[in-house]
Amino acid sequence: MSDPAVGAVLLEVGGLGKTYTGRGEPVEAIADLSFTVNAGEFVCVVGPSGAGKTTLLRCLAGLLPPSKGELILAGTPITEPPAGMAVVLQEYGRSLFPWLTVAENVALPLKEKRVPAARRRELVSDCLTAVSLGDDGGKYPWQLSGGMQQRVAIARAIAYEPQVLLMDEPFAAVDAQTRFELEDLVRSLWKRLGVTVVFVTHDIDESIYLAERVLVLSGRPTVLLEDVAVDLGEDRDQLATRADPEFARLRTHVYELVQAAKRGARSIQEAHLSH
Amino acid sequence: MTTATVRTAPKRSRSGSRTRSLARRLFMLFALPIILVALWWFGSAGSTNYLNPPLSTIMAEFWPTWFGGDSFADTRFAQDVLPSVVRMLTGYGIALVFGIALGVLIGTNRSLRAFLEPVLEFFRAIPPPVLVPVFMLFMGIGPEMRIAVITIGCLWPVLLNTVEGVRGLDPVLKDTTRAYRIHGWRRLFKFVLPGASPQIITGARQSLSIGIILMVISEMFAGKDGLGFMIVQFQRSFAIPQMWGGVILLGLLGVVLSLIFRVITDAVLKWYYGYLQSQRGGS
Repeated sequence: MSDPAVGAVLLEVGGLGKTYTGRGEPVEAIADLSFTVNAGEFVCVVGPSGAGKTTLLRCLAGLLPPSKGELILAGTPITEPPAGMAVVLQEYGRSLFPWLTVAENVALPLKEKRVPAARRRELVSDCLTAVSLGDDGGKYPWQLSGGMQQRVAIARAIAYEPQVLLMDEPFAAVDAQTRFELEDLVRSLWKRLGVTVVFVTHDIDESIYLAERVLVLSGRPTVLLEDVAVDLGEDRDQLATRADPEFARLRTHVYELVQAAKRGARSIQEAHLSH
Repeated sequence: MTTATVRTAPKRSRSGSRTRSLARRLFMLFALPIILVALWWFGSAGSTNYLNPPLSTIMAEFWPTWFGGDSFADTRFAQDVLPSVVRMLTGYGIALVFGIALGVLIGTNRSLRAFLEPVLEFFRAIPPPVLVPVFMLFMGIGPEMRIAVITIGCLWPVLLNTVEGVRGLDPVLKDTTRAYRIHGWRRLFKFVLPGASPQIITGARQSLSIGIILMVISEMFAGKDGLGFMIVQFQRSFAIPQMWGGVILLGLLGVVLSLIFRVITDAVLKWYYGYLQSQRGGS
């Protein structure tokens, strides 16, 4: 896998639109979205509920064909799940294979990728250790707590050595304390591995705490309201970062945007921000 | 919560209660059979009714009837019972292979399913024993006919349950396999079959009972050997204790087969029972 230089455009979304045409009225989930993600960036996507965040992520993952526009990963259009992408989904309990042990769950995608056995064992053990589950490889996922299961899903994703790691509200279903731990875990893995992360969440604080950039989406049919740069430095800390005045400013700003989006604002001009 | 109580309980009483619960389970397992055998034994003791001989007489005839002979190969058990069981397991095995293979195909392919469903429902609705006279016309009364009848009868439960199991695969897991580009045989053996295995095994269990029924019926209808044939022969020649012995042997055979089935499926579905328990919030 070729690793593009950090800072070069890795993921390109151009004029993306998605309309669901099932039974009944067609539903326009995404109207028009364009943005790029550079190699090595950590980008969060927030928006009001029903803003097509999951639709966007499923399109990026190649699981859902877009109705219009284009998605390009490292110069190649995404038409099916690309080799350089790994996903972590919200439903941790349902995204792990309950008939496989933790280690087998992590190893399965690597087998498909034809990673040699020795390297596979090494990756599985390293990645489980990285998420503090080094001793739990022989257990079954359902023997673990929710937070631990989600860490298995993260280990599986990083063991895959993707260019882009897609995460769809991965911590929405775990308790608050576990969520803080997992946020720090993902931040530290991102820094250590230099992987590009696209992280969808409905939690504004989480998005600012984690990301270098926050993409704020409008309500359905979705457009991009604002691309907010987050300048909180490399090292983040649950107490210090969240107490930072800049964190508070960004939080207010994004919060107002999301509220405006809920009222139906479709551009930053319509949002009538108070500051 | 319960783990904490168990952990703090003294060790002695814990192992004591385990012994008690084992004793209780053995009691639950054997109490009723023992009572029924005792009722039969004492109720039929001294019976002079020709059709209802004492159980003691039936048991006295049991061993010589089925296991009497110069060598094991000469016994009725080896001559009639084992071939019956082998035919049954052959038909059952063929039904499992085809049922699972077709079930996966139909379960994965929506238009194929819509196309085949009415026909499948029709065939399922036909009680398998009526196939025996039909198959006799085409295949005679040899072992091929019996195996074919067992295969066809066992096919539907496995096939239809496999279709349901494959249809019910978790969409989140489906997305996961797609996102990690898991294709082909690996997808089949690591995702589709294990995911559908609880339903497949439900179907296989139904098929096993049907297989035993069809084994006996096909032999009663037509044949020159086999356990079902022997039971009918004894009845026709008024060898009543031997006939009763055949019925008992058939029952024991069913119990042994279902025990073997249990042991195999418990191993295959170990993950499933643990998973279910964790979903219920137990530990």
